[in-house]
Amino acid sequence: MIGEAELVAGVLWLSLTAYAVLAGADFGGGVWDLFASGPRATAQRAAVAEAMGPVWEANHVWLIFMIVGLFTAFPVTFGVLGLALYFPFSIALFGIVFRGASFAFRAHGSSAVGPLSPWGVVFGVASVVTPIFLGTAAAAVASGSIRAPHGRLSSGFLDGWTSPLGVVIGLFALSMCAYLAAAYLMVENEHRPELLADFRRRAIAAAVVSGVLALIALPIAAVEGPRLLHSLTGRGLPLFVLALLNGPLALWAVWRSRPRIARGAVIAQVVLVLWAWAVGQWPYLVPPDLTISATAAPPESLTAFLFVTAAGGLLLIPSLWLLFRVFKARSPQAEV
Amino acid sequence: MDNTTLARATMGTSLGFHIVFAVLGVGMPLLMSVAEGLALWRHDESWMVLARRWSRAFAVLFAVGAVSGTVLSFELGLLWPRFMAFSGGIFGLPFSAEGFAFFLEAIFLGLYLYGWERLSPLKHWLTSIPIALSGAASAVFVVMANAWMNTPAGFRLSNGQLVSVDPLGAALNPSTPTEDPHMLVSAYVVTGFLVAAVYAAGLLRGRNDVFHRRGLAAGMAMAAIAIVLAGVTGDSSARFVYGAQPAKFAAMEGLYRTQRGAPITIGGIPSDSQQRVLYGIQIPKGLSFLAAFDPNAEVQGLDSFPPTDRPNPVLVHLSFDSMVGLGTLIGLLAAAFWLMVLRRRKVPLWRPLLMGLVVAGPASVGAMEAGWFVTEFGRQPWVVYGIMRTSDAATSAPALGLMFAIFIAIYAALALTTGRLLLALAARERARGAE
Repeated sequence: MIGEAELVAGVLWLSLTAYAVLAGADFGGGVWDLFASGPRATAQRAAVAEAMGPVWEANHVWLIFMIVGLFTAFPVTFGVLGLALYFPFSIALFGIVFRGASFAFRAHGSSAVGPLSPWGVVFGVASVVTPIFLGTAAAAVASGSIRAPHGRLSSGFLDGWTSPLGVVIGLFALSMCAYLAAAYLMVENEHRPELLADFRRRAIAAAVVSGVLALIALPIAAVEGPRLLHSLTGRGLPLFVLALLNGPLALWAVWRSRPRIARGAVIAQVVLVLWAWAVGQWPYLVPPDLTISATAAPPESLTAFLFVTAAGGLLLIPSLWLLFRVFKARSPQAEV
Repeated sequence: MDNTTLARATMGTSLGFHIVFAVLGVGMPLLMSVAEGLALWRHDESWMVLARRWSRAFAVLFAVGAVSGTVLSFELGLLWPRFMAFSGGIFGLPFSAEGFAFFLEAIFLGLYLYGWERLSPLKHWLTSIPIALSGAASAVFVVMANAWMNTPAGFRLSNGQLVSVDPLGAALNPSTPTEDPHMLVSAYVVTGFLVAAVYAAGLLRGRNDVFHRRGLAAGMAMAAIAIVLAGVTGDSSARFVYGAQPAKFAAMEGLYRTQRGAPITIGGIPSDSQQRVLYGIQIPKGLSFLAAFDPNAEVQGLDSFPPTDRPNPVLVHLSFDSMVGLGTLIGLLAAAFWLMVLRRRKVPLWRPLLMGLVVAGPASVGAMEAGWFVTEFGRQPWVVYGIMRTSDAATSAPALGLMFAIFIAIYAALALTTGRLLLALAARERARGAE
């Protein structure tokens, strides 16, 4: 049954998807900044900074919106997650702070004080740490390790996210961020063949690592988090199969250096994985104890949230369109 | 230390840090927009130079504000899971609206900062307007949530269980009409005085150019208008607290005994053991008069409340008097500045005044922080006034002390680097100007 609570959960999952697809690539940009190498290392870093500069703050707001929406519409779940994922969220939070601040320091300050090398390293390291710990937190939720009968946490502060599955999914999240970023950077550097080749190689590396991690994750999930495998092979199966089919397509597009197809396919990969998970664990928000309907705020709160989302969306969507049109439309050099 | 104390220390430090950047996020876009608008309207390049300079500094300040604000949204869950499990559905509406306001501010700031070359001058100026509006809207929305914690409304409980919610009633709770305007104008007060302090310091060092004189005048214009409004809104806010949160009011004024014709006590240190304020200056019947416009009105003292329901009068009274005292002093400085401008028809360069304005910048921050101390310490021991105690709201997670230490280190690193960068940016601008 699709009621208001389910609608709100869908909105929040959409914003999680937007965060993963947009801000995920910003973290991946940090990864490629950290691993910039070869004769064009400086140019690679510049390409990352150029791509992120105008949009990363707006991309980051998807996370804020998701947090706020979660505590507005599912306050009990928010309270349980705040406790159960206290450590991974705190570490990810340190990463988010250092990533954002160091990027801004470097982007807006380096011209005045020269290269801010320590902050450059901080930017890269924080971009690596954050997706890993957000990924481990996702694994804890998806594997059903967070126990909260009647909305009271009964599992421990280390449960779920410190397991082997947590580690593998954390690394998978990181490699997907790097994959997204490399694919976007291929598109943004279509007119610079050498950089295009650099990011193509990086995209292939990220694709292979992601694929291997996904293959490792499945048997571990079978042993350790049967709930996740059950979700993916149950209701989530159609999307999961699409993800399995789309993976090679994305790699092919990268391999053949078709940036735009590659970008679309990698985005599709992230979307399919996230929605296979969401559909698979339906109607749970945090399996096996917290369902969407049972932990929802009173109906008036949900209505108010949906109303604000609709009204806010009317302002947000044209604004976002403008932002991406001004900075992400085909650059004039590319048309030469 | 127990978890409640550590959670309060961490949250308080985070808020105290974030609020400085948050108010600049409200005030700076308005200054930038006005300066750029003046430049276009009057074809005056020097205003454009100022707008560009401010935008470069603001790029750094906004990023630090954005990430420190993210810390707060996480900390609501990490430090206060039980508070949020109860309150989220009630006061989430203004937070959701704030989310969209933040979205718009971030989007248009991206267009503004990176769009100087890509947009026409008029379009570029137009992008500054949503930044200024959504910055102010963010502050308004988020303070609604705090106002709700002071005067919770818009919900019904039955046996401690939430049975119905009126989110709009919660957002527009009784404190909102007084607390919101006071915070909003305070944001402009702090921005105005901080900007003025930067240019006053430059003028003291002999950098007497059009940018410094105009920068000082622009900051002081914002500061002067806003400080008057801060006084008016602060007065109505205090009078509202007298009726709605009498324990907070008693602590603010250091009033221990419930009485008619209560005196107002300026300064001094409240002493719980002697049940009175030591070393303060008393004005007979002053408090009754100010609170109710009646010299013989009854004012509830702390003795009206059981000891476990009283805020700490030392913290609250000293914070309140610091806010009022600092606010009054910087208000007088602003008045002196504009009187001298009116008399001489130019920006005054009198050194004692400029020195005072340099100090007024940090003093305005002090006044704002003290005001937050009044709100927050004065609400204790409640997180939701009269409904939920702070000690019942805190997390049971381990290692809060370590988290607190890490956050202190992070804020120190961010503050030092931000300061260093802003100085370097200013130096570069001067070098450019000299070329």
